[in-house]
Amino acid sequence: MASPYSKEQLLTMYRKMYLIRRFEERAGQQYTLGKIAGFCHLYIGQEAVAVGPNEALRPDDYMLSAYRDHGQPLARGSDAGMVMAELFGRGTGYSKGKGGSMHIFDIEHHFYGGYGIVGGQIPLAAGMAFASRYRNEDRVTVCYFGDAAANQGSFHETFNMASKWKLPVIYICENNRYGMGTAISRTSAVPEIHKRAAAYGMRGEPVDGMDCLKMYEAVKDAAAYCRAGKGPVLLEANTYRFRGHSMADPATYRSKQEVEEERKNDPIPKLRDYTLKQGLAQDAEFEAIEEEVKAVVDAAVKFADESPEPGLDELWRDTIVAEGEEDVRPRERVLGVKVTHWPKYPSGQELKVTWDLEPREQAEQADKKAGLSR
Amino acid sequence: MPELMYREALNQALAEEMERDANVFLIGEEVGRYNGAFKVSQGLLDRFGSARIIDAPISELGFAGMSVGAAMVGLRPVVEMMTWNFAILAMDQIVNNAAKLRHMSGGQLRCPIVFRGPGGAGGRLSSQHSQALEANYAHFPGLKVIAPATPADAKGMLKAAIRDENPVIMFEGERLYALKGEVPEGEHVVPIGKADVKREGTDVTIITWSRMYYFCMEAAEQLAQEGISAEVLDLRTLRPLDEEAILASVRKTNRVVIVEEGWALAGVGASVVDIIQSKAFDDLDAPVERVTGLDVNMSYAANLENATQPDAPKIIAAVKKVLYREGA
Ligand SMILES: Cc1ncc(C[n+]2csc(CCOP(=O)(O)OP(=O)(O)O)c2C)c(N)n1
Ligand SMILES: [Mg+2]
Repeated sequence: MASPYSKEQLLTMYRKMYLIRRFEERAGQQYTLGKIAGFCHLYIGQEAVAVGPNEALRPDDYMLSAYRDHGQPLARGSDAGMVMAELFGRGTGYSKGKGGSMHIFDIEHHFYGGYGIVGGQIPLAAGMAFASRYRNEDRVTVCYFGDAAANQGSFHETFNMASKWKLPVIYICENNRYGMGTAISRTSAVPEIHKRAAAYGMRGEPVDGMDCLKMYEAVKDAAAYCRAGKGPVLLEANTYRFRGHSMADPATYRSKQEVEEERKNDPIPKLRDYTLKQGLAQDAEFEAIEEEVKAVVDAAVKFADESPEPGLDELWRDTIVAEGEEDVRPRERVLGVKVTHWPKYPSGQELKVTWDLEPREQAEQADKKAGLSR
Repeated sequence: MPELMYREALNQALAEEMERDANVFLIGEEVGRYNGAFKVSQGLLDRFGSARIIDAPISELGFAGMSVGAAMVGLRPVVEMMTWNFAILAMDQIVNNAAKLRHMSGGQLRCPIVFRGPGGAGGRLSSQHSQALEANYAHFPGLKVIAPATPADAKGMLKAAIRDENPVIMFEGERLYALKGEVPEGEHVVPIGKADVKREGTDVTIITWSRMYYFCMEAAEQLAQEGISAEVLDLRTLRPLDEEAILASVRKTNRVVIVEEGWALAGVGASVVDIIQSKAFDDLDAPVERVTGLDVNMSYAANLENATQPDAPKIIAAVKKVLYREGA
């Protein structure tokens, strides 16, 4: 059977997964060299969970994540050098070196951040989706969080509201089976996270998170559902991180066997094999992509390493928005390029709110039935 | 000028701002069909509809965070907290997200949002429902904190807060809502960050905010009868503090009493003392006195409840102390 995917699609996904893998390997290496400090959570093993969904979305769909957040912006198209510079704590990073590894923000590419409080981004995503409904846009919001975050109150409070108000948001739980050193099964009454959606009358499905194409299909379908106004979706991407929780974690709580077993599921060779089998590309083409990506990542490391630290005057910027102050457009600030697709919102005079969250007739009928007069 | 209750002044500000800007919406528990736990949102559901006046589930963290997310992408949420005691559940979203978004994003994002609701003692509600929590929020860079005392300031500051590009925390008062005062009609905006000399005086400065303002005015009246001229400076904004206004008044009277409903340790008043001692030490004729809530939890019993809070006699005693007229 002919592949439902074009060669270009498959090679784009391969390139992005390989970029994330290579970027993370170099980030890990730079960490051991002391160039990167603090917490640094690598995405190695989970690449398919960022790349498949991104290819199924529109560039203007909103996305946000937790602190394991290098993969998603790279999938969205962020500048690898500026992401690396942020990890290095340099002024040329996306957040001027103020955020570091856990807080990548690239608004130009509609990546609304990495968040360091477990589960803290879950309500934000519902609010962004709320804004889309409020403005009658058909945009969806995609929010990543870990398996352990599903035990936060924010998860439950938000799912209730998102489902009740049919917000166009796709939650992707990256179930890598551990929250730091604790297996999710040890702390969760229902470790199959997608089942929890049922408690809020919302769609919830497991997906093979080690398969880029399965992630692509799941999100394509979920996005159509959201855009049709049917409400939120929870996808549980079953995945695995090949490295420790962060660079500081030797991961002694998992057996070598377990890791070896999971490595056989590596999403990158999987996509390559699929593409080869379909006869859509030759080995040489993959090798060319890999060489090109290696050069991009080498250049990213060089850019970061040669960049200056932020000026001390930066201490007093970006805490409070001063009157009339514009937002910072990172690529414009750092690379001097003209950033054209920065988000623009309707003014309060242009905007017409047509959404009726709780239709009045419905409320009045319910009152009447109950014999209430308001 | 029309006389309005504090709650009506807030209602007017909300309605005017929602009329002016369709990006503004109100969310909170009971704000819609019930017309607000304290009736601040009276009539707004009928006027603006259910997408703009939203009855939230009892999920303070959830709807606070959801509103921060909406503000990140251009809406201007007003989040009503039924009282600030309950907003403690939402503190993570306020402190770790709203206050830090601009910083973490290196200036790419802004978060124009207002969190508002009543603070301070209720009235015979015991410890969980009677706390002045503003000092907690005044601590955080990235937030603005306001606590207006009068209906006119309530209206003008809420309008300023809704128009502000930053997260603003607004402390109203459970026992202020029914108070009446003159309120300018229409475009009345009171800038955030500006204190107000509500009563001029020459002998002593009494610095305060929110409900304590009324005890200070009562004390000032009584002191006047004894020939003591007290200036009452209403801070109105607790972050950023209006240093200029504080120092100007200290330089004029050389004696200061700070009155705060909350606890003394790490209170806002402690920071005001710090500004005064470091920048106007030579202008002082006496150590600064503080009148605060007692360092205990609030009781239900009427006598204990009264004794826990500052009142006019306590303020008068403190004024006499800084004037070295104790026992007079
Ligand atoms: C509220 C909160 N509690 C604890 C932590 C410390 N912490 C950081 S990551 C983490 C584990 C989270 O695991 P999971 O959600 O599964 O995400 P993963 O790291 O596996 O991607 C913990 C406990 C935190 N950052 N925030
Ligand atoms: Mg995990």
